[in-house]
Amino acid sequence: MNPVPDIFRILPEVILTLTGVAVMLLDAALPPHWARRPLGWVAAIGTTLALWGSLGQLSLPEGTGFSGTIETSAFTVFFHVLICGVVLVALLLSLDTLPEDSHHQGEFYALMVFGAVGMCLLTGAVELLLVFIALEISSIATYVLAGYRKDTARGPEAAIKYFLLGSFATAFLLYGVALIFGATGTTQIYEIARLVPTAQNHSLILAGLGLMLVGILFKVSAAPFHVWTPDVYEGSPTPVVALMSTAPKAAAFALLLRVVYEMLPTLRSVWQPLLWVVAVLSMTVGNLAALRQQNVKRMLAYSSIAHAGYLLAAFAGLGNTGIAAASFYAAAYAAMNVGIFAVVTLVSGYDEKLPLIDDFRGLIYRSPLLGSLLIFFLVSLVGIPFTGGFFGKFYSFSAAVGGGAIWLAIIGLLNSGLAAAYYLRLALVAAQQPDAQKPVVPAHRVGIAVGAALLLAVAATLVLGIVPGDVLHAAEAAAYTLQAPSTETSAPANAVDLKMMMP
Amino acid sequence: MNEINQSILTLILLVPLAGAVLVALVPDRFKLPNWIALLTALGTFGLTLHLPAHFSFAADAPRFQFEITRLWIEKPTIFYHVGVDGLSLWLVVLVGLLAPVGVVASWNAIQARRKLFYALFLVQQTAMFGVFISLDLMVYYGFWELSLVPMAILIAMYGRKDGPKAALKFFLFTFIPSAPLLVAILWLYAKTGSFDFATLRFWVASGALPAGALFWVALAFLFAFAVKVPVFPLHGWVADTFSEAPVALAMVVAGKLGLYSMLRFHIGLFPVQARAVAPVLIGLAVIGILYGACLALVQRDFWRLMAYAALSHLSLITLGIYGLTLTGWEGAVYQILNHGVVDGALFLLLGLLYDRYATSQINAYGGLAAKLPRTTTFFVIGSLAMIGLPMLNGFVGEFLILLGTFTGVSKGWAIAATLGVILGAAYMLWLVQRLFYGPESALAASKPPQDLRLGQLAVLWPLTALMLVMGVAPMLWLPTIETGARPPQLRTPNILPLVLPQSASPTSLNGEGQR
Repeated sequence: MNPVPDIFRILPEVILTLTGVAVMLLDAALPPHWARRPLGWVAAIGTTLALWGSLGQLSLPEGTGFSGTIETSAFTVFFHVLICGVVLVALLLSLDTLPEDSHHQGEFYALMVFGAVGMCLLTGAVELLLVFIALEISSIATYVLAGYRKDTARGPEAAIKYFLLGSFATAFLLYGVALIFGATGTTQIYEIARLVPTAQNHSLILAGLGLMLVGILFKVSAAPFHVWTPDVYEGSPTPVVALMSTAPKAAAFALLLRVVYEMLPTLRSVWQPLLWVVAVLSMTVGNLAALRQQNVKRMLAYSSIAHAGYLLAAFAGLGNTGIAAASFYAAAYAAMNVGIFAVVTLVSGYDEKLPLIDDFRGLIYRSPLLGSLLIFFLVSLVGIPFTGGFFGKFYSFSAAVGGGAIWLAIIGLLNSGLAAAYYLRLALVAAQQPDAQKPVVPAHRVGIAVGAALLLAVAATLVLGIVPGDVLHAAEAAAYTLQAPSTETSAPANAVDLKMMMP
Repeated sequence: MNEINQSILTLILLVPLAGAVLVALVPDRFKLPNWIALLTALGTFGLTLHLPAHFSFAADAPRFQFEITRLWIEKPTIFYHVGVDGLSLWLVVLVGLLAPVGVVASWNAIQARRKLFYALFLVQQTAMFGVFISLDLMVYYGFWELSLVPMAILIAMYGRKDGPKAALKFFLFTFIPSAPLLVAILWLYAKTGSFDFATLRFWVASGALPAGALFWVALAFLFAFAVKVPVFPLHGWVADTFSEAPVALAMVVAGKLGLYSMLRFHIGLFPVQARAVAPVLIGLAVIGILYGACLALVQRDFWRLMAYAALSHLSLITLGIYGLTLTGWEGAVYQILNHGVVDGALFLLLGLLYDRYATSQINAYGGLAAKLPRTTTFFVIGSLAMIGLPMLNGFVGEFLILLGTFTGVSKGWAIAATLGVILGAAYMLWLVQRLFYGPESALAASKPPQDLRLGQLAVLWPLTALMLVMGVAPMLWLPTIETGARPPQLRTPNILPLVLPQSASPTSLNGEGQR
């Protein structure tokens, strides 16, 4: 039935794993006094190959491999490309900003690549145990990366917080998986989708869904599961924040889409109001808290909570529109957020001598390039037209309006007005005359690697804002494959009305 | 010629943008950025003049001319759809005209970071052109929002005292109301599957959309526009913005975009809903006229005085628009043009005074007439035009608006509005007297006199001539405006006319007014 060798179904993961192992082995084999920086280039090249490999998967017929545990489809390719792109930018960013003398550099690059393996696997998994394993692979790599700065107490603090809370969240997810397994007797997502409408144990499934949602919403840092975000972002090295505020979130959103739209579409009346509330909470809590921050990274952390809320608004959309809008938003958000964290890394430096908003004063005079880029990415985060941020919000809220959630759209857009206040504050501080009293710290040199990273982020933000057609097509193709399970395992239509099973 | 007609609007959008890129690339030496900006602005102005030269008045001419329609994004269906009609035609030319004026006004005022200034200034031009010519609501919204960004950055970076604060105020005041606007646009799309102006107008007029929801949608549109105009009591941002904004931007920051949007996208799309709220707006407009004029009388700072004067004048135009009479509409569009020309000249002159004497306190001035005769003359002419002296342009616009109000709305409102015009004469003439006449002030004596230079004269002469021509020969402009206010196609039975004929003006309005 399945003529495609299984190995092609996990091609990008294989390439990434090989790259990671190669980097680790080289790190161990090279004489200690050699610079470890070239290892970063090895990792970057491997990630590029993986990106290319996932594009190659488009030519495969849609279907599953490894006994129906992992899928390749337009949906998985969309998120693979997104994740590999983000990891590539984060690697390029680290290449130029990690301190020259830092030991364990090889390890750092390897961990980033291993994290990417987990994230890619997560978007492709159609079996709940594999979902769990993939989530663990990606999380453990990020836990370690979060604590990478040992020169300050904040680093280990961030790692411990992230690890403890993250483990709890994963435990919730696993418990939810167990309950759903108990109710349906399977962990295959398509099988579950087929069995749920006729399952006897309705309350067990609902409890399972609830627990799984807790786990996933923690990973995307949606309120009220967001409290870890600002502390972890503040303590982690900024290049790592650029990665973990985007790629693992995109992967977790992919999982969320799979769980709600593919596994439990019949429970829409249950999860949709829940996500509605979470979306409104995330936007409002994130924006209100961000208004009061003095530290740039904390501000951006809260802003990322708000963005999770905007993205969740798309889940109010019906079927394909909602999925496509959410996928597009994930891409747009990744482009601009990676970009702004890249700028913040260059301005604050790896050791973060300049973490406060006031430290950005006069940036546009100190470094016209970085200042303009900062303002550009902020403008995109505000959601001004002709940038990716605008179309992201536009599709997300237009999906919500299309699904009848007008109030969600109004709350969301008013929230984005609120958000403009703090984004603009940073932009205006950067545009102010520099303070003559303060010693001027030169901004980080923009090297080749970092230049390429910034170029990628700017280009992606502009493409998504001016000619979003192609990416939207890809997102729609992705939505289509998610809605229609592949023929091989396709279940009979979920014809049974939900009302019949209500007690 | 046909090819030009089919691409002229795209050119008008792209030329300033190309100029902005060029400005960003050249080194900041020999006033290169200034010259490139000036040439770009003049070139764009030349391009906009193509529009009135080739506008067709034929009976069978389409309403929107120079139309371009290209699919931009397939789903949701967004068209790059632009075109001008009688309403927007002269406004496009006005934006083109004010661009070189703005460059000249900034020539000496902006000394540092000229590249950034002129690049953003030109981007701002593109955004404003875009607002006036877009016929697809998403494209329109895009330009509408885009116009905020260069404005906010320029106010923040080139403000006089507290730029960032004024910029933030301006941005939030105008950005937050556009959130309901976007939701309203998205709702229309969800119901009709189109962002296109003509299609949407057809849908709204067809009665297929729920009336209750349409009322709120129309209100969301109106709210966004009313803040931008501004309409009393949404004018909180005006005074700070006018005192901080560089002269070149203060000329364009208020009025045009919001007033035009009211005509095109509020009344134009939702005639029934607009008629329902018109009495409220007429009331607010009259309050705005009187309130603005009274505040202008007591200002000590000439930027703030001009800000409240603008509030008063823009409220008069709002009155003309929401009187829903053809005369009022013609007067309103004509008055937008007048306001642009007159304010352009006055702001240029005040900017020169401010650059030279570094204060905007009116009391510090006095007795400049003997030293700066040319400045004085031009300022007096501009003030008289603003007051509405017959033979100058302000008279025509004000007269038409008041006439429309008097005959079409109610005598009471017209009389109240006229009172505002009289107050306008009071504060402008008093300003002239305090700045230029009386005993010579210490400030005037402190600097050697330096009157207008060639570049400034080259701008002021045409503007002043225009004031006169527009005052004595309004028939050069009014027929075009009338085709926009009452296009022939709108008389087809299934689409409501934009403006009721005078005789059929809603009697309910009369009743409201007299009570």
